[in-house]
Amino acid sequence: MAYRRIRLLAAALSAVALASTACSGGDGDDKNIALRMTVWTTDKNQLALFDSIAAEYRKAHPEVASVKFDVVPGDTSAYSAALTTQLSGGNPPDLAWILERDAPDFVQSGALTNLKSTLDSTAGYNAAELVPSATKLWTKDDGLYAYPFSTSPFGMFYNKNLLTQAGITETPDRLVASGQWTWDAARRIAAQVAARVTGKAGLVIREFEYKQWVLLASVWRGFGADAWGPDGKTCGFTSPEMTSAMTFLHQAIFTDKALPGPGTTADFFAGESGLTIAQISRAGLLKAKPFEWGIVPLPAGPKANAQVVGQAGIGVPVKGKHAKAAADFLAFFTNPANSAKLGQYFPPARDSLLNAATLAKANPLFSQEQLQNVVVNGIKTGAVLPSHTGSARIASLVQSALDPMWKPDANVPAALAGVCQAIEPALNQ
Amino acid sequence: MTWTSKKREELTGWLFIAPQALGFLAFVVAPLVAVVWYSFQDVNLLAGTSEFAGAGNYAKLFDDPTAPKVARATAIFCVGLVVLNLALALSLALLLNLKLRGTTVFRTVFFSPVVVTLVAWTIVWNFLLQDNGGINALLQTIGVEGPNWLRGNGTAMLSVIVVQVLKNVGLNMVLFLAALQGIPSSIMEASQLDGAGPWRRFRSVILPMISPTTLLTAIITVAGALQVFAQIQVLTLGGPADSTNVLVFYFYQQAFANHDLGYGSALAVVLFLVILVLTLLQWRMRRRWVFHES
Repeated sequence: MAYRRIRLLAAALSAVALASTACSGGDGDDKNIALRMTVWTTDKNQLALFDSIAAEYRKAHPEVASVKFDVVPGDTSAYSAALTTQLSGGNPPDLAWILERDAPDFVQSGALTNLKSTLDSTAGYNAAELVPSATKLWTKDDGLYAYPFSTSPFGMFYNKNLLTQAGITETPDRLVASGQWTWDAARRIAAQVAARVTGKAGLVIREFEYKQWVLLASVWRGFGADAWGPDGKTCGFTSPEMTSAMTFLHQAIFTDKALPGPGTTADFFAGESGLTIAQISRAGLLKAKPFEWGIVPLPAGPKANAQVVGQAGIGVPVKGKHAKAAADFLAFFTNPANSAKLGQYFPPARDSLLNAATLAKANPLFSQEQLQNVVVNGIKTGAVLPSHTGSARIASLVQSALDPMWKPDANVPAALAGVCQAIEPALNQ
Repeated sequence: MTWTSKKREELTGWLFIAPQALGFLAFVVAPLVAVVWYSFQDVNLLAGTSEFAGAGNYAKLFDDPTAPKVARATAIFCVGLVVLNLALALSLALLLNLKLRGTTVFRTVFFSPVVVTLVAWTIVWNFLLQDNGGINALLQTIGVEGPNWLRGNGTAMLSVIVVQVLKNVGLNMVLFLAALQGIPSSIMEASQLDGAGPWRRFRSVILPMISPTTLLTAIITVAGALQVFAQIQVLTLGGPADSTNVLVFYFYQQAFANHDLGYGSALAVVLFLVILVLTLLQWRMRRRWVFHES
């Protein structure tokens, strides 16, 4: 009797397994394909653009029944966690927006499909014109594992009204023109705004909030410092250059009050600070012209005039149900014509589009000079934010070890030594 | 097979409990088993592969330099929350048990945070506790410069505990209030006639009479304290310097942010065992201090 029950149970489970296999689709499906792309944006205009590109694709591909852009709101950590959960929970998207910090993990783990053959074989795609510095993070053994659809340089936005109120005549634009746009100058202007305009902050490093330390690369690279060496195994936090950069920041925060201290919030785009370091893709927040503003490249530091770039790629998870169809859609989504359209929000990685005249058509908020100085030069000369395999773990270790530095009486070199002590085992794993 | 009335009755019983039993199996037992299984695996979440790791994930716990900080933060949070919550809940219940005007209003006021969404409550407190937030602005009006609540090593944990206590103290308060109102007035009157003062009555009559409720509130508050997550995620992200990095938050970080599901699962199993042991310990100790238990 018991044996019969076991046989019945086994038969039922086999039937369920067979049924679920039959329903799971796979690459063999050639009609009624429903594609889903996980995206890290809630911007209605950007989503509308995505939808319009998808609608155009579907006209020529009736086998694709729908393309859904699955919005996952939240900060970078929440987004990465949600994407990972989708992948591991048996619900992988067909395409995924991947942040630069996660690139090494995704590329090294084999989670993504190699797109090279699809892109190379797509007529008119011209993959050869992708800027090598933009594809570097997504490349392994000559394979391309995601398309770097957004290569967004960091720039320094400034509020002309607040600077005028603070009596500042040597504005960042003028300092750029005279070759004197340095971190010292930026710190001086920020301190003056904070001191002279009641209730306003000086310089805000957007989204840093004393947690997203990786954004400090926009400051320390000008001092010749970086989080780790090119091999990814040597900690860079104890280098003299990093000590100099962090001491500069510490003094700017706690001595000059040029930057709002920990736990104090100020939003540049709401008119609450004189300057901000942010990616140029944030300029959309100034569409309503809440105040007069300008944008200049990141200031020069004592060692370099370093520019920094944030990046996002779109990849096709190997475990997706329709990997082939997804790669084909990606080739259409990022072809030269659509890259030009996407360029109004996401600076392109294509050489032919990387000129001020082309970018100006899609970016009416910027002057051609701003586009040349900040966007084109930024992408061509800038380096992507630090990334590493196991970046999330390293990020939390650095964040925790850096916390002692964000106090007025902190011992900066000791705090930086603590960072290296914390992350060196992870760097060498 | 013949359908006797007994068999039919048995089947009816199974059908009645089936929805609950299936739900319990799918959403409680299966995840529990899966977590234990994952804790013995080395899982690559991105590639979707896993290998048997033996006790490797548990051994990792002893080599993890963050683990002692997490254990310390969890213990401080748990003790601080339980002591403050129970003391405040009992004090409020004693006050509201007095036959005074307006107690109904105060009961509602103290209980209302219980029904507020946890994340919304915590976000509001996040703004209030900012360096330039509402609490410090209030302190400034009386000439006091408040600390940077969520960034100070000592004040961050205190802030998280207080925010959590204010959110949930109303529930324990209501339970204590019900227990206080269940004490027979004849016992209180007898103790008064015997010359017992307020403190003596509290120590020798009230506390023993409400001890079953104290046991219940202690068990649920300890278990709840060990599972705190949203408050840490919204207020401190475990900082500064891991001072508020409690076990559930650390487990989440390891499993979902760091993609180390095996180690995260091992931490979850450890947490499960800690809660189980503490609950059993409290349950066994009830005979020593809970009135009516023998």
